[in-house]
Parts: sequence; structure tokens; C-alpha cells
Amino acid sequence: MNHEITGRTWVIGDSVDTDAMYPGFAMKLPVEEAARHVLYDLRPGWTEQVEAGDILVAGRNFGIGSSRPVAALLRHLGIAALIAEEFNSLFLRNAINNGLPALAVPDVRRFVSEGDVLTLNLATGQVDTPAGRLDAAPLPAMVLDILDAGGLLPRLAAAGYLPREDA
Amino acid sequence: MSTEQGVDGGMTVIETILARAAGRDRVRPGDTVVTRVDMNVLIDLMFTRWVDPLRIADPDRTAIVLDHAVPAPTLVDAEAGVRARHFAEAFGIKRFFDVGRHGICHQVIAENALALPGQVLTCTDSHTCAGGAYNTAARGLGPAEVVGILCTGETWYTVAPTIRYELDGELAPGIGGKDVFLHIAGTYGDATNHNLEFGGPGLASVPMNDRRTIATQGAEVSADFTVFEYDDRCGEFLAAHGAAEYTPAQPGPDANYAVVRHVDLGALVPHVARPGTVSRNAFPVTEVEDRAVQQCFVGSCANGQLDDLRISAELLRGRRVADGVRLIVTPASQQVYRDAVRLGYVQDIADAGAVVTNSTCGACFGYHMGLLGAGEVCLTASTRNFRGRMGSPDAEIYMASTATVVTSAVTGRITDPREVLA
Repeated sequence: MNHEITGRTWVIGDSVDTDAMYPGFAMKLPVEEAARHVLYDLRPGWTEQVEAGDILVAGRNFGIGSSRPVAALLRHLGIAALIAEEFNSLFLRNAINNGLPALAVPDVRRFVSEGDVLTLNLATGQVDTPAGRLDAAPLPAMVLDILDAGGLLPRLAAAGYLPREDA
Repeated sequence: MSTEQGVDGGMTVIETILARAAGRDRVRPGDTVVTRVDMNVLIDLMFTRWVDPLRIADPDRTAIVLDHAVPAPTLVDAEAGVRARHFAEAFGIKRFFDVGRHGICHQVIAENALALPGQVLTCTDSHTCAGGAYNTAARGLGPAEVVGILCTGETWYTVAPTIRYELDGELAPGIGGKDVFLHIAGTYGDATNHNLEFGGPGLASVPMNDRRTIATQGAEVSADFTVFEYDDRCGEFLAAHGAAEYTPAQPGPDANYAVVRHVDLGALVPHVARPGTVSRNAFPVTEVEDRAVQQCFVGSCANGQLDDLRISAELLRGRRVADGVRLIVTPASQQVYRDAVRLGYVQDIADAGAVVTNSTCGACFGYHMGLLGAGEVCLTASTRNFRGRMGSPDAEIYMASTATVVTSAVTGRITDPREVLA
């Protein structure tokens, strides 16, 4: 995977939880239908506006809640990366393991307004915004390896644990 | 009261377990380590999108529990059950808890002593931290990661700093683990990227069911692991449930904590969380607005235990659920259900006008049985009060202990259970 990602931003608040992104009723739907309900109550109509390559920027405690794989829906919508001031660790692992880059950047919302185009580098932690450059902790090599493979399931397939065609 | 600790002490409970599982002498916050996983638990939802692996690490370190959507409410869930049964058979998974011997996975884990002191347990459900009640490093991971552990038998953790809760005194009658947790969540807020550790002189007085309520709810303040010290009470519980051999993990005398906080158990009162979150949003019941409720719910991995049904039955005996209120009681497992029938609890609860359902995660996650309509107010003893969690985003979900929920079902309004218990 290219470790440098450039995209237009969407900005949401603190403690946006998994039920807000993957509501219980959507768990009964196939991924492509469930994806239409991401942020159904917080940002109605958002899934119609998102374009492939966009970056979702959140505040503190992003993704508190359950293990339902929100990242699969966000990837289906074309989200290229997540940035948050702080991630819930289960949500962060779920994103990485589903092949969705996620970078913690403290105070990012002081530098980014919705619609800004920014560039982040997963391997260096550098984030270039219209308001200036931010330096976050880069992703560990172990995490980059998972992202490079496209997520954990493709990596397991490559290692012979899962059938390749289904990974 | 808080005390900052030194920076170069020994290891906390979680650090001790992770170091042991990683084959290292010690770990420190910030270290990333690869660890062995002693028990990996798969749930029904995983089999909704499922491909059988070509090989797995160890069928005896694997369990499968059907819990979130049983008996299957949709065709998708029915087909997931078919895949789970096929997988269990094909790969020789002996610990397979199908409908009839099922339950919410964290209850089944407890009943079968799958979470053992000093060990590492994984499962997709976010409330897997429940296993911390038994001195286990247990936490929820995503479905893909649990597939990875199924295949390789190991995973990785970045060690987080630990917040220590030192328990003093004893709980007053009618005060439960939920009140302890809501007090903590209301006072201190989120613990994102931190572990929680519970111990201290008051621990011995805290029953195992209350410990599990507290451990389960650690996810609601965004903690990584939540874990209790091991003591005789824990050992007796595990022995009664046929535990295999284990080696508990105790904190070093000079363990290094991010912060140490004291909780005076004897001073705690019933607490209620207002809708949306528990974090800095839970208050003594006497400070919460007088609201009429339409649904009351006792259930989930946090509060669907046999003690919760006992408390419900004791409060409901000779009383009636108020007109206009639905009281739904969901036992956390088929075993809890059977015990509650045998002990007469189900009779008392049903006679009072409540509905006792089969065991499932059901209403807690707004998936089946007991959803809320727009404009309704629910008081729940389950795990989570997020907006939209139990149905309509325009319903309001308050959270409290089983005693507060059942008392409120009788009065029809959010009520201090001490008014009835007195």
C-alpha cells in the first residue's frame, strides 16, 4: 500500500460510537446496504456525499463501543484513511485488520476544517494540512505490514491459513 | 483521592499476564508484544460472513458460543448457525455451545471456567473484558483478528498504562456492581488506552457477580483490559465451575500505575446514567430527574446473572409491574434460566407481569426482542446506553442496577430502590 494518502476531509466530534456508524438494524443487511446507514442519525445523508479517497477526521475516543466491523463499511464507502485525536483501541485494531489506515494525531481538529485537503504519511506520521504540518507517531512496522497486505484476512490467506480466492 | 506513583516500579496484573504470555521477564507501558492466547471464543455473528480456514492452531483452545441472535430471528442468522455447526464438527471443536446449552458468551465463559487467572482470553465481543473478573487478560477484538488467532494461536498487544482502583469498605444492602461502575464512570470518565485494575481491602466483600458486572462495563469507559486481583473468593468460584489448573497473576508490591484511586464501597448509593454515555454522565439516583419509563430491561452479560434474577424475584414478589411499563428479563444463559426456574424466580417475575425471555444478547444491542420506539424512555441494567442502541435513535436509554430497574418498573418512574428495600 502507498503509505502517503491525500484526500478531502470530513470532520466529526468526540466519542462517535460504533452504534452511530453501524447501527443494530444494519447488522442484518449485506455490507453494501449497511454502508448506507453509517452516521445515519449524526450526519443524515452523509453516505451520499462521501467520495472515494476521502479522509474521515474525528475527535477523542473515536469508535468506543462494539467490535462490529465498521471499517468494512467505511472502506465500502471509499474512505481512504481515518485520523482521530484518540482512538478506542478495539476500533483502531479493527480498522487496521480490515485494511483501513488509521493514524492518531492529537489536536488534529485545531488544524483541519471540514473539506480541507490533507496528506498523511503512515510511515513517518507526518500530516500536511492547509494550516501547517503536524507530526504524529508513525504506525509501527507490524501494523504497516498488515495494511500492506490489504488487511489481516489477505495476510492469513497468503500464509496458507485461508483459501486464497475467498480472502 | 488520587496518588501519583513512581515511574520505575514492578508490574501490574495485566503487565504480569502479558509478559508471561509473551515469554518475557517484564513488559512496560508502550511495549508491543506478541502473546500466546489460551482461549479464543467465537460467537454466532462471526459466522455471518465466514470461510472455513484451511488449518487452525488448536481446537482445544477454541470455543464457539451462539448468543447474539438465538434462536435465529432472521434467515441470515439461521445460515450463520449452519456454518458454525459445520465448522465445529469439521474441526473437532468440543466446546461448542449450541442453542439449548447456549448463553451470552461471557456467561458461558464463566460457567465453564474458560477464563482462568493469569491467562489470555480473546473473543470478538467488546464485553470480553468481563473475563477480567477472574484475573484473566480478556478483551474484545475484531472478527478478523479472532480468525487470525484461530489460525495462529497468538496475537499482539501494545501494553497500556494501568489505572488502579483500591476498594475499601463493604457495599451496603441493595448496592451492586453496577452502582460501583456508574460511580467510577460518572466521576472519572473515559479510560481510553488505559487498563483498569481492581483490588484492595474491600475486594473480598465484593461477590463474583458484581465483579463481573464491573469488569464487563470496563468497555463503556473505553478501557483496554479490566482486571481484578485474584483472591480466595475467585478461587472458590472457579473450583465450583471445574476450573483447570492455573497460576494467578498478582500485582507487584511496587507496581507502576498511571494513577491510584480509592473507592469507599460503604459510601456508595444507587446510581443512574443519563442517556447517551456513562462517561461523566452517571449520578446518584437522588440527583436524576423524575422520569416516567415505558420499558425496563434486566439482562445482558453485565446483569443477566442468576443474582440479577434473584434480586428481580425478591423485589417483585407480591408486587406488580406498573401499567404502561414493559419489564423484560433475559437470563444470561440457559443455565441461569434453568436455575431461575428451579428456584422459583421465573414464577415470581412472570407473576408480577414481567416477560422472561430466552437467553440471548437480544434487546441489549437492539437486534431482536424488546426494541424501543421513538419517544420511549427505557431504564436498563444492560451494558450500553448509546443513542439508538436499543432501537429508535429518538428513544432515551437510562442505565442503572437491577434493583433500581426493577423498582422503577413497579413504580413506573425512575425510583431509588432504597425506598422499597427499607
